[in-house]
Amino acid sequence: MSPHLRRTLRRTLVVVGHGMVAHRFVQAAVERGLTETHDVVVIGEEARAAYDRVALTSFFEVGADALSLLPSGVYDDPRVRLLLGHAVEGFDLEARTVLVDTGEVIAYDELVLATGAAPFVPPVPGHDLPGCFVYRTVEDLEAIRDAAATARSGAVIGGGLLGLEAANALRGLGLETHVVEMAPRLMAVQVDEAGGATLARHVEGLGLHVHTGARTERVLGTDAVTGLALADAEPLEVDLVVFSAGIRPRDQLARAAGLEVAERGGVLVDAQCRSSDAHVWAIGECAAPAGRMYGLVAPGYAMAEVVVDALLGGAGTFEGADLSTKLKLLGVDVASFGDAFATTDGALELVFADAVAGVYKKLVVSDDGRRLLGGILVGDASAYGVLRPMVASGIDLPANPEELILPQGRGGAEIALPDEAQVCSCNDVSKADIVAAVSDGGGCDSASCVTRCTRAGATCGSCKPVVKKIVEDHFASIGRTVDRSLCEHFALTRQELFDVVAVHQYTSFDQIVAAHGTGRGCDVCKPVVASVLASTVGGHVLEGATAVLQDTNDAYLANIQRNGSYSVVPRIPGGEITPEKLIVIGEVARDFGLYTKITGGQRIDLFGARMEELPAIWRRLVDAGFESGHAYGKSLRTVKSCVGSTWCRYGVQDSVQLAIDLELRYRGLRSPHKLKGGVSGCARECAEARGKDFGVIATEKGWNLYVGGNGGANPAHARLLAGDLDTETLVRYLDRFLMYYVRTADRLQRTAPWVDSLEGGLDRVREVVVDDALGLGAELEAAMATHVAAYADEWKATLDDPEKLRRFVSFVNAPDLPDPHITFRSERDQAVPADSDGPVLLGAAIPVGRPR
Amino acid sequence: MTAVCRVEDVPVEGGVCALVDGTAVAIFRTHDGNLYAISNYDPVGMASVLSRGIVGTRGGAAYVASPLHKQGYDLRTGQCLDDPEVRVATYDVRVDDGVVWVGTS
Ligand SMILES: Cc1cc2nc3c(=O)[nH]c(=O)nc-3n(C[C@H](O)[C@H](O)[C@H](O)COP(=O)(O)OP(=O)(O)OC[C@H]3O[C@@H](n4cnc5c(N)ncnc54)[C@H](O)[C@@H]3O)c2cc1C
Repeated sequence: MSPHLRRTLRRTLVVVGHGMVAHRFVQAAVERGLTETHDVVVIGEEARAAYDRVALTSFFEVGADALSLLPSGVYDDPRVRLLLGHAVEGFDLEARTVLVDTGEVIAYDELVLATGAAPFVPPVPGHDLPGCFVYRTVEDLEAIRDAAATARSGAVIGGGLLGLEAANALRGLGLETHVVEMAPRLMAVQVDEAGGATLARHVEGLGLHVHTGARTERVLGTDAVTGLALADAEPLEVDLVVFSAGIRPRDQLARAAGLEVAERGGVLVDAQCRSSDAHVWAIGECAAPAGRMYGLVAPGYAMAEVVVDALLGGAGTFEGADLSTKLKLLGVDVASFGDAFATTDGALELVFADAVAGVYKKLVVSDDGRRLLGGILVGDASAYGVLRPMVASGIDLPANPEELILPQGRGGAEIALPDEAQVCSCNDVSKADIVAAVSDGGGCDSASCVTRCTRAGATCGSCKPVVKKIVEDHFASIGRTVDRSLCEHFALTRQELFDVVAVHQYTSFDQIVAAHGTGRGCDVCKPVVASVLASTVGGHVLEGATAVLQDTNDAYLANIQRNGSYSVVPRIPGGEITPEKLIVIGEVARDFGLYTKITGGQRIDLFGARMEELPAIWRRLVDAGFESGHAYGKSLRTVKSCVGSTWCRYGVQDSVQLAIDLELRYRGLRSPHKLKGGVSGCARECAEARGKDFGVIATEKGWNLYVGGNGGANPAHARLLAGDLDTETLVRYLDRFLMYYVRTADRLQRTAPWVDSLEGGLDRVREVVVDDALGLGAELEAAMATHVAAYADEWKATLDDPEKLRRFVSFVNAPDLPDPHITFRSERDQAVPADSDGPVLLGAAIPVGRPR
Repeated sequence: MTAVCRVEDVPVEGGVCALVDGTAVAIFRTHDGNLYAISNYDPVGMASVLSRGIVGTRGGAAYVASPLHKQGYDLRTGQCLDDPEVRVATYDVRVDDGVVWVGTS
C-alpha cells in the first residue's frame, strides 16, 4: 500500500466535549488501538482539559490543577488532537460535518457526543440575579468563592447529594448556610424517610439550617440577591444562592440536528450507545440508553468502553448500571444500594436505628430471607463494601442477616466475597481481578499498587477499605507476611523501635541492640536509633557513643560532597538576613575559597570546605551570630516565606515573622526524613508553602494550615488540615502534627506518604491533631515543649568541646595536612571539584590547594 | 610499620584516617576491640572517605559502609559486599603498648 493510499484510508472520529467520560473514551481508544485507524479530534468548550468533576469540591482545598485528569494538556498519541476553549455549534448528519465556533468545519466518519449535563435552574423570578450560582465547573466554584468573600449567608436550593455537597462547601467558606429542599426529606432519591431524618439531624448538628418541604417562590433582591421567598414560610435573608436542583442532559445540538431524544431528555441510544443516526454515538450524562440518563460517572465510563468496542467491531453492550451510592457528606456516611426502597414483590425490611449515635441502617431482603436486594446506611456505612457486592453477586445471606448491620460487638459477621463479586463499581473491578493483581505474575505488592494498576478505588474511593482487606487476606492465606523490619539487625519498624526505646527509656545503641536486636548494627539502623534517641533523650548528636551512629552528614555537622569535601549552611530564619551578616558569609567564603550558591530554601550554601577546616569556618560564623542550619540532618531545614504584609501591597499577614518564629521553634528537630515549611502572606502563595511538609497561608481571618507537601521526584501538594486559625492554635496543631509524625513515621518516609499510610489518611491526621481523638494532644505538645527548651546550637557546642573537635582532622597523625585527594579547578570564577582518578600518594603528587 | 596514634584515638565502632608512607589508610576499631586497616579510598565514589563510614556487621562480618553511596566493605578482606568485582587494599595493623602500628607492605 502506498503511503498516500494509507493516509486516505484513515478515518476521522470527532468527539464533542472533553469531560470525564470523553477523557475515558480517548484513553480507551488509544489503549485499544482505535487510533491506528482513526484520527481523533476532541473539541471541549471548557478552557481546561478534562478534570475530576466528582472531586470538584476539593477544588477549594487543592486548587484546579490537582483535579486535572490530563495535567500535561495533551495526549501522548499524536493522532489525537485536542481543541479546548471552543464549543461545537452544530453538526450536519447528511454532510457528516461539525461546525466549531472558530468557524472551522470538520468532516467526520464517526461522531461521539459527550457533552454531559447542565444544572437545572428552576425558572423562579430572580433566578438570574447576581449572587445566583450553579455548582458544576471549576469556574462556578471560583465565582462562588469570590462571592463568599463578602457574603455572610447563603442558601442551596436542593437537598440532594450535590446540594448537600454544595452546602458543605458554603459552610467551609464561612457562610451561615441554609438547605432548601422541596421534598419532605433530604436525599430523597437515595434514602427513605427515617434515613432522611437521621441525616437531617447530623446536618443540623453541624450548624446548617435544613428546610424540607419548602418551595422557593422567588429570589429576592433588585441588583443582587438579598433573600429567598418560600411558600408558607418566612423568607430567608441570604446574600448568595446556589441552585442544585438536578441536572439536564445537554442534548440541544442533537435535537437541532434531528436525532431522536428520550422523553425526559438525553440523546436516545441503543445498547451499543448508537443514536438514531448510525454514525453518531452518545456517551455519559448526555446519553439516554433505553431512554434513561445516568447522572453518575461510572455508567458513563462503561458507555465509553462500549463505543470504543463497537468502533473496533466488538459486540459489547451497556446493560444499565448500578446506581449504588456511598459518600461521606459533611462527615456523615451515607450509602444507598440496590433496591433501597423495597419495590421488589414481597421484599422484607430489616432496620437497625440508634437515634443517640445517629445511625440508621436498613436491609432489603427477598421474601424467603435468603437474598440481599438492597439497603440504606446512614451514620455508619462501613458495611457497604461487603453488602453492595452481595446484592450484585446474589450470594446467599447468612442465617441471621441482621448481624450484617448490628454494630460491632453485637454480632457483626464477616462475609467472604465470591471471586466474581464486583468490588469497585466505578471501574468494574472484581475481587478476582484484585487477587490476580497481587498473585504471582500480578506484580502488585500492596493495596495502593492495586489501586494504581487495576483502578479499583481510584475514582470515588469508597471501596478502598475492601481492596485493602482483600489484599491482606490474600497475603495471609499464602502465608506471606509483609516484612517491615528495618534491617537484618532489628525485626522492628521505626515506629516500633521508637515505642520500645520510649517505654524502656534506653539511652544507648548498646542497650537497644542487646535487648531487641542482633549483631552490631549497620548504616540503616544506626542512624534510625540516633534519630529516635535525639527525640527521646535529646543531647548533642556527637556526644560520646552516639557520634558513631550518625549518618554521613550528621557525623560532621556538614554535607559531604562528591570529592569528600563538605558544604556549610548557616541558618537564615525565614530567609531574612541583614547586610552585615551577608557580608560575613561573603568574607568567610572568600577567605576559605568556598563556592557559594543560593539554595531553594532561601539561604546560602558554601561548598568545598575540607573537614579539618569546618571548625575554623564555624568559629567565624558563630562569632558573627550564625548557628547551624541543619542542612545535614534529617530534621527541620527551613521555613520559607514571602515578603508578607510588611512590604507587599497584597499581603494580609506578616508571613516573615511567622516563618522566623516557626523556624526557630522547630530548628534542630530530628525527624524520619528532612522537613520543610513555608509561610505565604496571602493566597497568591509566593512562598510555595503547599510544596512543603507544612505550609501556612494567610487568610483575612488568620492562617490556613496545609500538611503533607513536598517537591522532588514525587511532588505532592500539601492539603488543608485546618483553616482560619489564630497563631496560637496554629502552633499548637503544628506541634502535635510534627511530633505525631516524628513518632510514627517509617524511616525515610516523608510527611506525604506518611499521611497516606495512615488508616483514614488526612482525616485521621485531623482526628488526632485537631479533634485530639487519641487524647495525645497534651503529650505531643509537651514533647515539643521539651525539644524547644532543650535546643542548643550544635556547632557552638562543638566548638566549645575539645572532645568533639577531635574528629575534625584530615589525618590522625597529620591533623592539618590537606588531603591531596581533594583538588579543585575553576568554573565561572569559582572553585569546583576536580575529578579524582584514584588514590593519591602524598609526595608523589603535590597537593593542589585553593588560594588561602 | 608506622606508629599512627593511640588505641583510644580510634572510636569504638568508628574510624580514623592516617597517613602511612604517603598513603591514606582507614583504621577501624570494632565493638570487640579488634583493629582493622584498609585503604581510605572509596573506589566507587572516587574519594578518600572510608574512615568516615558507619561500622557494624553484615551477616556476622565486621564492615564499614561508605559515607558516599553506602557500599559495604568487609574490614578483614577489603572485599566490597555489594559488588564482587570491587575490593580495596588491606593493611597490617597491630597494637603495641597502647600504640597503633600500621604497615603498607
Ligand atoms: C459537585 C459534583 C459532584 C459529583 N459527585 C459525583 C459522585 O460522587 N459520583 C458520581 O458518580 N458522579 C458524581 N458527579 C457527576 C459526575 O461528575 C458526572 O457524572 C460526570 O462528570 C459526567 O461526565 P460527562 O463527561 O458525561 O460530562 P461532563 O464531565 O460534564 O463533561 C461534558 C463536557 O462537555 C462540554 N461540552 C458541552 N457541550 C459542548 C459543546 N457543544 N462543544 C464542546 N464542548 C461541550 C462541557 O463543557 C463539559 O466540559 C458529580 C458532579 C458534580 C458537579
